[in-house]
Amino acid sequence: MATCTFWIDGKKYEAEEGSNLVDAAKENGVFIPSLCYFKHIDPPLGTCRTCTCKINGRYNPACTESIKEGLKVEVNTPELVDMRKALVEMMFAEGNHFCPACEKSGNCDLQHMGYELKVSTTRFPHLFKDRLIDYMPKRMVMEHNRCIKCRRCVEEVFTSDGKRVFMYINRGNETQVGIDYAQEAKLSESEAENAMKMCPTGAIIVRGKSLSKPFGDRAFDMESSQKHYRHTITDKPKVANFEKKTIATVSLAGCFGCHMSMLDIDTDILDIAELVSFNKSPLTDIKTFTQRCHLGIVEGGCCNTENIETLKKFREMCDILVVMGECAIWGGLPAMRNTIPLGECLEEAYLNSVTSEKGENTVPYHDDLPKILDRVYGCNEIVKVDYTIPGCPPSPNHIWKVVKSLLWGEDYSLLYSEFKYD
Amino acid sequence: MSILSEQNKMFSVEPARSALLSELWQQQLQHNHISEESIKDLATQHQLSEIEIEGVASFYHFFHRQPAGKHTIYINNSILSELKGYARIKETFERETGAHINSTDPSGTFGLFETPCIGLSDQEPAALIDFYPFTNLNALKVKEIIQKLKQGKTAEEICDTPQDNIRYTPANNRTIFFAPYSQGEAINKLSGLRPDGVIEQLRIAELAGRGGAFFPTWKKWDACRSFKEPLKFIVCNADEGEPGTFKDRVLLNNQPGSVLEGMIIAGYTVGASYGIIYLRGEYRWLVNKLETEIQAFQEKGLLGQHVGGIKDFNFEIRVEVGAGAYVCGEETALLESLEGKRGEPRTKWFYPVEKGYLQLPTVVNNVETFAAVTRLLQMGSFEYLKRGIPGSPGTKLISVAGDCKFPGIYEIEWGMTVAELLDQCGAEDPFFIQVSGPSGESISAKEKYRRISMLDLMAQKDIRCGGSFMIFNSHRDLVHILMNFSEFFKHESCGVCTPCRAGNFIIERKLERLNNGLADMNDLKELKSWGYIMKATSRCGLGKTASNAIIQSLEKFDDYFKARFSATDNSTYRKFDHSSAVEEYEHYKP
Repeated sequence: MATCTFWIDGKKYEAEEGSNLVDAAKENGVFIPSLCYFKHIDPPLGTCRTCTCKINGRYNPACTESIKEGLKVEVNTPELVDMRKALVEMMFAEGNHFCPACEKSGNCDLQHMGYELKVSTTRFPHLFKDRLIDYMPKRMVMEHNRCIKCRRCVEEVFTSDGKRVFMYINRGNETQVGIDYAQEAKLSESEAENAMKMCPTGAIIVRGKSLSKPFGDRAFDMESSQKHYRHTITDKPKVANFEKKTIATVSLAGCFGCHMSMLDIDTDILDIAELVSFNKSPLTDIKTFTQRCHLGIVEGGCCNTENIETLKKFREMCDILVVMGECAIWGGLPAMRNTIPLGECLEEAYLNSVTSEKGENTVPYHDDLPKILDRVYGCNEIVKVDYTIPGCPPSPNHIWKVVKSLLWGEDYSLLYSEFKYD
Repeated sequence: MSILSEQNKMFSVEPARSALLSELWQQQLQHNHISEESIKDLATQHQLSEIEIEGVASFYHFFHRQPAGKHTIYINNSILSELKGYARIKETFERETGAHINSTDPSGTFGLFETPCIGLSDQEPAALIDFYPFTNLNALKVKEIIQKLKQGKTAEEICDTPQDNIRYTPANNRTIFFAPYSQGEAINKLSGLRPDGVIEQLRIAELAGRGGAFFPTWKKWDACRSFKEPLKFIVCNADEGEPGTFKDRVLLNNQPGSVLEGMIIAGYTVGASYGIIYLRGEYRWLVNKLETEIQAFQEKGLLGQHVGGIKDFNFEIRVEVGAGAYVCGEETALLESLEGKRGEPRTKWFYPVEKGYLQLPTVVNNVETFAAVTRLLQMGSFEYLKRGIPGSPGTKLISVAGDCKFPGIYEIEWGMTVAELLDQCGAEDPFFIQVSGPSGESISAKEKYRRISMLDLMAQKDIRCGGSFMIFNSHRDLVHILMNFSEFFKHESCGVCTPCRAGNFIIERKLERLNNGLADMNDLKELKSWGYIMKATSRCGLGKTASNAIIQSLEKFDDYFKARFSATDNSTYRKFDHSSAVEEYEHYKP
């Protein structure tokens, strides 16, 4: 095959004619994010659109383009970078992705793209659509909450007599990947495992098989796919003043895990103690604000009216408001209830549980008790949030790097391995 | 002849899989649903896994997996139906049948469902009962209909005959589509023209695809002609699903012959021997008319062997009926559907003229395009060019409905202004006009003096119109209209690509916020920017155009939105509906 010259962002590159643009760019050291693209599926699926670029002046996914002489591609314009980020955010908003509770965490392509594109929160409202988990197949579990409908399994997994095991069913926002129970049972052990590995997320799980490896050893823990991976805070305040600052912290609908992580910086905590004083915080056990604070750090989202009041108070009393952890950002684990009506949750917990006696129990309600909200809300749905730190929990380094940067204008450089959702 | 008796009349060259859609239809019509057993049988018959059959069946909303009632009722829930009293009709149907929407009554006699636009926007509210049309409904009429059905009458016996409502044709006999028609007149000219001559005529007349994309017809046909495969297909796209559009219905009802003839001419020109009309399921009641016409053509020697006496030119036409999926109006989705698959648009690796139906060269054109071809050959390009304006010759059929006195079909000469059309149809206090359906262009009454033509889409001066005008007066709620559109796209997205599947869902949520008074200017800005993302990244035309109405109305109706939504809220607190957030919990107050 002939070698062609093509252009990415005004730079000249060479690749074999007819090779896929995503691969050709990668060989030349240019990273184009992709999710559904799977080398040997031909023609490419073009379903997830994460690799959208401008090709000869038109928006098109890179995965459905092959190298031709003189091809002109725009990859890293601010608009395209934002667009691709939006697509990944859209997948997080559409599904119900609870990374810390997922078998695929650390080995998940979607999560990986989130890291590469530095998605710390989604701009879109989470849809919290109720999706049932299919436990009917003999060997597999279909976790529809996690499926991004990339179509890999539909096109790749067949029984030995050539029948499909997976197929799209329904249409529109109801579209999901259905699994054929009879055909699934015919798959060999290794074919089934292969299906699980092929899935870019944790939607296909084989019972009894685990992907788990220790943290740090998983596929996407340590190394970025990009040569120059860099995190920056663009609107970093310009403060040269190393005066002592006041911080307030709180855990709303959270588990205090983020607070634990915050304390998990070993001896550095002694330096921190020199530089900041804590006002209202579980660390000091100060219950009410005694002064205005430079920085408020919030863990957990809002599941009841008291959470809302506290959060509003934080906004009122703190110059800068930072939310840390998945729960504070969009609801996190407590938001698992968001796909189910509140009444059903309460009745299951208080009235119909195994230990409750018929007619003896009630759903707690008292004027002194906070009222439970219809769903768990992320903090930014209630107040304006200045900065978000993802993770469950975020790494201690991530938290303190943000704090130091926001309070004293310190240079901010976050490693790929410090940006995590689990 | 009843709908049920439709035979399976596949061409001998087609594979068995292509019959799947009509086989599913048979099951649906016979058993009112597609049972587990039917799925099993079809899977065995086609040697496919059951999930693959299920995948096809569940894609089309006229196929039900649960019994859908002895009589299946579909009420149109498009915005035009809403304007004419959809809510009341729905309520009456629910009361009279005892069925709630999306379910059947306890006895299983009636199944009540909604469906978007059934192509009867000029006689709303309308419904399909057992796929027969019922128009201009009111509470009393609904009551009578249900009474009669309960007494054992069939829907076929009591259905309405939809009016054509042809309201306007160009003065001085300048009509193209509604001139006297006699079968075979255009075909008779073929032997004198040769394929080159046909293409030349199309080129001179600048005929462009009337489905709304306006691709030059001669280019499409010429490209298909250049491929040398012995087997090629002509497909007539009669899946007119764009809400508010019903011009193809009128053409097929009024003069199916001109459409058939256009397909035959295409077959002769590109060297194809088979034609398929993909008729939307909503127009099932037109099947008999089409098949009768096909038979008449066969009897006259205009279909079959040596068509019109042309040696070695054989052509056959069959009708395939869709099953409720807007996206199948997209040509590659339509081809997938013809192949008995889910109607998912293909990627653009190949165009249908090279690899279309069954991966063979295929011409796909809209109903109106084929009819225009027939008329063009009949009158000659010299005469044809006298209509319209330079650069946009000819006439266009436009479906007009909404807030106007005379909803119906308007055959306008290209170049007519919006003002003239509004005047002709007796528009009442027009405020917001949606041109070419929800995926088209939104214009305000201020743009009255723009011309309607097929000139450059980007031109500010002209409006390219695929086929419909929906007129809304100043009392209509713009946000409500946009929500109706958005819900439509949410259901009708094929579900394959992220920006369309998730994007339309997200846009709907955002519009709900607007509707609940929780939005400020910032939300409007976000809405617009998300619309642009969907436009740039979606896989096919559906996703690329689904946000058009939102983007354009935000741009053109700035005053309206400014008056309704507070300026960008710089306060640190978000708008939050506290009482509705605790409403559910308050039920547990002792």
